[in-house]
Amino acid sequence: MSISLDNISKSYGKIKALNAISFEVADGELFGLIGPDGAGKTTLFRILTTLLLPDQGQATVAGYDVIKDYKNIRNQVGYMPGKFSLYQDLTVAENLNFFATIFGTTIAENYDLIKEIYIQIEPFKERRAGKLSGGMKQKLALCCALIHKPQVLFLDEPTTGVDPVSRKEFWDMLKRLQQKGITILVSTPYMDEASLCDRIALITNGKILEVDTPKAIMAAYPTKIYKVSASQTYQLIQDLKTYPETHSVYPFGQYMHFTSNKTNFKPQDLIRYLEEKKHTDIEVIETVASIEDTFMELSK
Amino acid sequence: MKRFIGFIKKEYYHIVRDKRTLFILFGMPIVQVMLFGFAITNEINKVEIAILDHSKDVTTIELSNKIASSKYFEIKEFVANEESIEAAFKKGRIKAVLIFEKDFSKKMMTEKKATVQVISDATDPNTANTISSYIGSILLLYQQEINKDVLISYQIVPTTRLVYNPELKSVFMFVPGVMTVILMLVSAMMTSISITREKELGTMEVLLVSPLKPFQVVLGKVVPYIFLSVINAVIIILLSIFVFKMPVQGSFFLLGIESILFIVNALSLGILISTISASQQTAMMLSLMGLMLPVILLSGFIFPLSSMPVILQLISNIIPAKWFIIIIKGIMLKGVGLGYIWKETLILVAMTLFFIVVSIKKYKIRLE
Repeated sequence: MSISLDNISKSYGKIKALNAISFEVADGELFGLIGPDGAGKTTLFRILTTLLLPDQGQATVAGYDVIKDYKNIRNQVGYMPGKFSLYQDLTVAENLNFFATIFGTTIAENYDLIKEIYIQIEPFKERRAGKLSGGMKQKLALCCALIHKPQVLFLDEPTTGVDPVSRKEFWDMLKRLQQKGITILVSTPYMDEASLCDRIALITNGKILEVDTPKAIMAAYPTKIYKVSASQTYQLIQDLKTYPETHSVYPFGQYMHFTSNKTNFKPQDLIRYLEEKKHTDIEVIETVASIEDTFMELSK
Repeated sequence: MKRFIGFIKKEYYHIVRDKRTLFILFGMPIVQVMLFGFAITNEINKVEIAILDHSKDVTTIELSNKIASSKYFEIKEFVANEESIEAAFKKGRIKAVLIFEKDFSKKMMTEKKATVQVISDATDPNTANTISSYIGSILLLYQQEINKDVLISYQIVPTTRLVYNPELKSVFMFVPGVMTVILMLVSAMMTSISITREKELGTMEVLLVSPLKPFQVVLGKVVPYIFLSVINAVIIILLSIFVFKMPVQGSFFLLGIESILFIVNALSLGILISTISASQQTAMMLSLMGLMLPVILLSGFIFPLSSMPVILQLISNIIPAKWFIIIIKGIMLKGVGLGYIWKETLILVAMTLFFIVVSIKKYKIRLE
């Protein structure tokens, strides 16, 4: 196991940031930690990267205990914090060189590992890091976290504040790194990125809701789910909420995701109800549950 | 070692790229030394005075001339009566008024005694004191001159000699003080700010999750600033030698070693400050309020410690600057060797060790 957590808890004063967290990440796995802001993702990363001590519980990274063997872990892992944490007044090349030296290596030595990423920012290597765009900053930060060929890579919200194209590229890069045998733990508040992971853990308010493959999580959705649309979206959501057979309703793109509290729910009943409420262009179609639906359902 | 050099290289980039800070770093010592050397002074020079002469005879005119010809005083006006004295003072330029009584020469001949009244503006007590004592000595000299043929049975003649700073130049007193203040400021404030900046920007997080050892980080922060502070010390000493003609009586080598000792002391204080402050702003406030004020007020730099309340004198003992000022005044002005200042040196060494041990103990290997 590359990462293993057993009953990890952490409080800041009265606020419980993490509450008895346990899960394991296998060697070479791309594992996603999915949850909203303030769910405890960063705290969990900091415990695993030996920056914080847990109040209770045990955790190991690459076989080393996060409390006792913190020095070994610091040699083995790459960490990319959520906030851009490179030197803004140093150029791209200087930043990379600096991180290579403090890890006792050189850019040349591990160039093949960062090549694909570095090639994209190489034209700007004389530019100060502070003057790069968001996506480039992330690529540089990833290069710096990778330069010493870590066994385990921790990426805390690497795609927050990055444009959709760069986000896509970023995930492609993670997939390729994974093929090189690096275990990756990545956190994100974007549910659509969850399906790109091998396995995910859904986390909210310091608690793990579910750990499984994205497919299994979607398949385990307990009831049938329908997407509903009509011409008056705002009125639609109000009316769906007051419908007596409604179990849950969430806006999802241009549709409402709707589940019923009745096992023998018939879409026709809903259409009739909406017609009575003077809605037009009504559509009710059965659909598959997404990670987001599961998350909403579980965190209820 | 390679890691360490890499770290220092990074620090070097930070320093040279921050042009504004660099300018302050090297501009400040020059401006301060010039300011203290030229502008701020305790000496009196061409003080404007007025004279109210009721007799206007040979003696009073001769006395007035003597005063006017000294480089300390300039007779600005002759007032006619007591009433106009007040007005003369109120105009603000006149700092003292000399009043010769009526029939001055005649009284000297007949009664063997005549009086001069000196009224000085004591809004600035130091200057008032200096003025009256200077006038006193001019009068005394004149008296000795006219009495030289007369034999007085007993006479006590004080012959004073001012050593180490015979011309009483206040710049001799200020240079060691300014040097102390600047070294303290540059060393302590800059290191504490540069460490807390890493905390603030989040780069400390990445440094912690790396094989760099805490002492490597701290030492890497300190080394460039030792270098900068030494340059500053050299600039100040060169300025004082060539611009203010201040002598360095003792050995330059000892002066250098003691300065480095003080720099290291200030740097370790800076590290200590950075371990207890989370932001650059806190670090700066702590350095300014916690270090600058005591260094200026309680080190004997401007205000003599011996005239302070006992409690402040006791507090001044824990201020490293006090000991350093004693040391450099000794070396520069008196030309003493280590034999005379070993006690102060030892105190500085002990303080430095204390700060280093505490800051390593307090240095956090994690975020909290």
